[in-house]
Amino acid sequence: MALPNDTDPKLAEYAHPERLVTTEWLAQNLGADGLVVVESDEDVLLYDTGHIPGAVKVDWHTELNDPVTRDYVDGQGFAELCGERGISRDTTVVFYGDRNNWWATYALWVFSLFGHPDVRILDGGRAKWVAEGREMTTDQTKPSPVEYPVVERDDATIRAFKDDVLAHLGRVGRGGALVDVRSPGEYSGELLHMPDYPQEGAVRGGHIPGAASVPWARAAAEDATFKPRSDLEAIYQQEQGLSADDDVVAYCRIGERSSHTWFVLTHLLGFGRVRNYDGSWTEWGNSVRVPIAQGSERGSA
Amino acid sequence: MTLPPQLAELVEEFSDVGPKDRLQLLLELSQELPELPERYADAADTMEQVHECQSPLFLAVEVEPEGDRAVHLFFSAPREAPTTRGFASIMHTGLDGEPAAEVLAVPDDFYTALGLAQAVSPLRLRGMVAMLARIKNQVRSATAA
Repeated sequence: MALPNDTDPKLAEYAHPERLVTTEWLAQNLGADGLVVVESDEDVLLYDTGHIPGAVKVDWHTELNDPVTRDYVDGQGFAELCGERGISRDTTVVFYGDRNNWWATYALWVFSLFGHPDVRILDGGRAKWVAEGREMTTDQTKPSPVEYPVVERDDATIRAFKDDVLAHLGRVGRGGALVDVRSPGEYSGELLHMPDYPQEGAVRGGHIPGAASVPWARAAAEDATFKPRSDLEAIYQQEQGLSADDDVVAYCRIGERSSHTWFVLTHLLGFGRVRNYDGSWTEWGNSVRVPIAQGSERGSA
Repeated sequence: MTLPPQLAELVEEFSDVGPKDRLQLLLELSQELPELPERYADAADTMEQVHECQSPLFLAVEVEPEGDRAVHLFFSAPREAPTTRGFASIMHTGLDGEPAAEVLAVPDDFYTALGLAQAVSPLRLRGMVAMLARIKNQVRSATAA
């Protein structure tokens, strides 16, 4: 029993307006049957300092990731995580979080690996809700547990592994595209060795050959909302030459910032095939004999 | 492992409780991080940024010129970054006022004894490792002069 969509005119411009809600819509719908609001933050303590009334917390490090293998929870783990939070398969889940919704889009992406049907992002996230002076509480949310089915994770449709990216290299520019969403310094390879503080993330700096450099933040407006569709088209389509028919792989350092871009390309611009390479630079930059390009040019494999 | 007494006490408090309570402790510590004194309030550019933290954290270290060269620590981190504030507060509670030699003697891996890896994740702990390294570097250069 999904909640009605937000009919806000800015959202209506996007390819899939049903994937976003405004702060006003959420304020009107808080407490509605069939709605669960999930806060997903970079900072593991932020939710506990105050959250949207009734919202539950999902921590990406300790709850969405498998604690041992570098992977996500499995179907059983996901069913428990949802069930405990009162999320059933037909629940409308609205995600919000800190840092321009990085972790909210990341959580939404993980929920999408399990095909959860109705997932939405609060446009502007935690920052906008707070900036508008809307209600926050430290009251503990105590959801009634529900049954969530054990659904097998689909790792083929919106997720890419290193081998997929290797196979993808030859297709870049021929119906395929790679998008690096890290900062320009990380892309060029300059940002790796800070004096005295060796960066632990990767032993090589640079980017995957052929990747376009489009830092994720270019899709975000000052108030942490997504930029209007026309602005996004100007960046990804006109400037970068991507097309909605392209087979796109997006990556960053560990797959969090690229979830933001995955969301933009998939749900706001309506690209048909976008995969998030969650291994990202911490895998690629440590792998033996994979091709790497340095400097500000895309390069080729 | 010999730790300054306040830091040893913190480590004990953390290791005595389960993962959920460790988060609660860290939250309380984050709320206790002292405000910046006025002389740093308008001088953020004189502070050192700890880039390894997931949120902006600025750090200043002062070392007394005489005696056992006591170390004083000052931190600035936004309210929206309670975990980073919590880490800074651990440093402040544990090390502020300690002699330089004691601060330099803190093992770089002392944080493992806090048992936060499970509650917070190893990646997030990197910020605390970097904080200690940067504090030590500043203490070293201040005492070498």
